Amino acid sequence: MDPLTTSDPEISIDEAYYIQLQNIKKKLVEGQKIVGKKIGLTSVAVQKMLGVDEPDYGHLLDSMVVENGGTIDIKTMLQPKIEGEIAFILKKDLKGPNVTVLDVLQATDYVVPALEIVDSRVQDWKIKLQDTVADNASSGLVVLGGKPTKIEDIDLELIGMVLMQNGEVANTGVGAAALGNPASCVAWLANRLADYDITLKAGEVILSGALSSMVVAKPGDNFTARFAHLGQVSVNFK
Amino acid sequence: MASEIFKQIADYLEAAELEKREVVKITKTIKPDLTMAEAYQAQELLVQKKLDRGHKIVGPKMGLTSKAKWDQMGVSEPIYGYVFDYMLVDNGGVVPFQIHPKVEAEIAFLIGEDIEGPGITGAQVLAKTEYVLPALEIIDSRYENFNFTHTDVIADNASTSRVVFGNTLRKPSDFDLELMGATLSINGQIKDLGAGAAVLGHPANAIAVLANMLARKGDKIKKGEIIMSGALTSAVLLKVGDFVSGKFDGLGEVTFTVGE
Repeated sequence: MDPLTTSDPEISIDEAYYIQLQNIKKKLVEGQKIVGKKIGLTSVAVQKMLGVDEPDYGHLLDSMVVENGGTIDIKTMLQPKIEGEIAFILKKDLKGPNVTVLDVLQATDYVVPALEIVDSRVQDWKIKLQDTVADNASSGLVVLGGKPTKIEDIDLELIGMVLMQNGEVANTGVGAAALGNPASCVAWLANRLADYDITLKAGEVILSGALSSMVVAKPGDNFTARFAHLGQVSVNFK
Repeated sequence: MASEIFKQIADYLEAAELEKREVVKITKTIKPDLTMAEAYQAQELLVQKKLDRGHKIVGPKMGLTSKAKWDQMGVSEPIYGYVFDYMLVDNGGVVPFQIHPKVEAEIAFLIGEDIEGPGITGAQVLAKTEYVLPALEIIDSRYENFNFTHTDVIADNASTSRVVFGNTLRKPSDFDLELMGATLSINGQIKDLGAGAAVLGHPANAIAVLANMLARKGDKIKKGEIIMSGALTSAVLLKVGDFVSGKFDGLGEVTFTVGE
């Protein structure tokens, strides 16, 4: 479809989040479940590209989760792109405002490596902030992998990642690519959700933001993201 | 006489370095058709001039170690130059401003045994490496506006200017260098970041390529050399007064200030 911001240039960010929430509510009525949230637009480069100065978020539903090493039929998606991220699994609720990085670290049960397959319902990814927000932050599918790792022993800011596409290095990244520290992104989310009276709940999976640029997925591709300390996660496309 | 022109190139570049001024590239002045082999001959003369002045080689350094840079320069292998003792600045020290310095974060290899190509692989390099350590490299091309071709930069000792080594030495078997993350900050702001795999898939691969390149002229990597393996990050422009910090996962921090 064309961008919402083309037909309705006046749409506000709050209205865009309202649209997102209405669509999510419909899916809950259909029997789907919320398993977590994703944070997007966490790199300064991407924020500049869209002319914004904050990230955005979307909802993760159980229907979006793909097994580690699984295969995705590309025909079920529109224009998928893939990125490597660190996923937080919470053991305590987090409710903003005033959530700090330290609060996030204390509320985190463990982290795992993740691949997020983003997809946009907007033609050719011609999105503005409001378009992607209304579109559930361009969420598609998510693959969690590796080994659940306690964060006491690792420096999230300096975790290196290499994203391999069919055995070749597609790109590399480091934890700091996500707002300086992936835990800062989760703190941002908890505080932003407070604006809508939403709490991050124990057990939720939080995708904290891309560590590298997005790579376009094609049929036949294998993607494997290897992370320092956290193991690896992979997915195939047919 | 062919060697006369290489001496002229080495003199031209040495004068630019000593007088801290930029010059127009060789391929636009002294030798428009400078080939790669000729550029390394000119570099050898420049290196010899430094040795004659009493400076000592710390080790070779690798440049153009990312595929993105190869595409940009239209080449298909890295380049090398040499780091000398006078270029070293202690961790936390002051790097004197030269012409138009830029900084990059890198992993350095302290070599435990000679490595002689051809046919060297990254795994062999790791087996012969005593320690790896974090480093910040300050590159400072002697060419106007960093405007140079592949052969120009080879003749200019691969833009080498200063090096700051960190104080954390680790055995390469202790961790996975390919997945080691690093950030590069100036005055507290992260300017760029990268993981080990940004260097030819693994920093040890760059050292292997070096051994194989040196073998072409009957040379080898020598025990005791400390070799810069190539940038994990892009090169960030510096100004006087900047406080620069490179943080490396498991290898600590390297810092310096840019002096007058």
